[in-house]
Amino acid sequence: MSILVRNVSKRFGDFVALDDVSLDVESGALTALLGPSGSGKSTLLRIIAGLETADWGEILLAGKDATALAPQKRNVGFVFQHYAAFKHMTVWENVAFGLKVRKRPKTEIAERVDELLNLVQLQNFGHRYPAQLSGGQRQRMGLARALAPEPQVLLLDEPFGALDARVRAELREWLRQLHDVVHVTTVFVTHDQDEAMEISDQIAVINHGSLEQVGSPRELYDNPASEFVMTFVGDAQPLGESLVRPHDVDLLHEPADGAVEAMIVRVTLLGRDAKVELHNAEGSEFVVLMTRDQFNAGGYWRGQTVWAQPHHERVFATSAGDLESVSS
Amino acid sequence: MKGWLSRLGLRAIMLGYLAVILVGPLAIVFWRTFEDGFAPAWDALTTPETLNALKLTLIITAIAVPVNTIFGIVCALAIVRRRFRGKGLLNAFIDLPLALSPVVVGLSLFLLYGQDGWFGSWLDERGIDVLFALPSMVIATIFVSLPFVAREVVPTLREIGDEQEQAAQTLGASGWQTFWRITLPSIRWAVIYGVILTTARCLGEYGAVAVVSGRLQGQTETATLRVQERYEAFDLAGAYAISIVLALIAMLVLVAMTVIRPKEEAA
Repeated sequence: MSILVRNVSKRFGDFVALDDVSLDVESGALTALLGPSGSGKSTLLRIIAGLETADWGEILLAGKDATALAPQKRNVGFVFQHYAAFKHMTVWENVAFGLKVRKRPKTEIAERVDELLNLVQLQNFGHRYPAQLSGGQRQRMGLARALAPEPQVLLLDEPFGALDARVRAELREWLRQLHDVVHVTTVFVTHDQDEAMEISDQIAVINHGSLEQVGSPRELYDNPASEFVMTFVGDAQPLGESLVRPHDVDLLHEPADGAVEAMIVRVTLLGRDAKVELHNAEGSEFVVLMTRDQFNAGGYWRGQTVWAQPHHERVFATSAGDLESVSS
Repeated sequence: MKGWLSRLGLRAIMLGYLAVILVGPLAIVFWRTFEDGFAPAWDALTTPETLNALKLTLIITAIAVPVNTIFGIVCALAIVRRRFRGKGLLNAFIDLPLALSPVVVGLSLFLLYGQDGWFGSWLDERGIDVLFALPSMVIATIFVSLPFVAREVVPTLREIGDEQEQAAQTLGASGWQTFWRITLPSIRWAVIYGVILTTARCLGEYGAVAVVSGRLQGQTETATLRVQERYEAFDLAGAYAISIVLALIAMLVLVAMTVIRPKEEAA
């Protein structure tokens, strides 16, 4: 089921959380809302769920206007960063909750809950209380609970934000696999660009309450629409007048058109890659990444003067939207 | 060594203080009541006036506690979960009964419901007795025991936050279902504790009820009023016996709470 966000604005007092945001979420896709903290991404998710109301604009779920609809009526599943587990209920009862309030028959509830506990690999934990689970297990329970009433849309608000790095990476992979099985339209909020790049079909980058760009991870990386997107999605650094990714610079031994003179100040070998740090004439630092083979073939050494030539650089005008891309 | 000593000293001071302030007087009451065996105490308790006083106290408590429990929960929800004008005022007003002397409460009821009061003549014309009757005593008791449930529930509601309630909403639960299945179970201990404090306050209420009841023996005399009356009539055995019953009810409530609590927490 598709989600359409039309010209949504939201303020909290003087703070503009969302400013005229419009977004199409494809049916069945896994979409990330990516942005730094305070960018408005969680507010947008909560407006889609009906947990906040927009000051302006509308939300369409499956083509129907849902702007004024109560969260109960939207048929969305919501997963909270801090789990929002029902502490006085067992895992089994937590998952059954959405079915019980819908007064489904008992046998149906039992079947569905068992099926979901299997899906999230908590089949042996049904009788436990949330306090007896690890963070990762609690979040899997939260996911099973949200999926139980078969929502049209699954919304996750920084679902792995409260977990440690290893569990985070595990659950991220697992969410992707789950989505391939369940196929429900899914939107998740994250401030972690790796997380967004790794599992989503589509990424919407949000900054200061505005949508910067929407596209596949590859489009965002290869054709960033703004300086913000380029620096937020993948590494980027200024070189001369333009922004450049560390992989997109050649180091030449002779001066050339568009090449910047610089001195190698440090070389680090990282497995298959070599990281070369340089100073340009003004003393500002930048980094060039290349393969070990390129590094060896180039015959570079510390203290050497080279000419850094970007082969794929971008110049963004200061005003948004007006951009120029240069490839050479 | 020093830490051990100071800990011991602290414990001694604390227990000594409790003994002097709480346990001592209670023990003396027990001792005095049963000084001459159970029979005199039993006789003092089973006079029609005393039985009526105990019954009246229980009736007033049975009305005031549920009313204040519901009011307290609704108030706490309004204070923590809603935004509205006059919220600060509501918050302050809830504490008013704690600050006001019960005698003042009684007097103000007198002024409202007395023959010259605002509602007095209107009620009088319709033959409804408020003053010197059960209604005014219930109102006075409700007033003085009003803050306890709300004051217990407010911090708990703040602490649990509203994420669980939001989760219930997104799962399709109506406001009513969310309250019964999520909010109430989460605040149950605060509610129970508030109910116990309210009950204790209702059982022990003296000042406000003394003013509005008229203290008619066998009619509008509550247990605490009866204790005072017996004391003034030099019937110490009677006064002690009723005191014991009140103390026992209070202790029973406390014990009941400690018995249920650990079971729930282990879950």
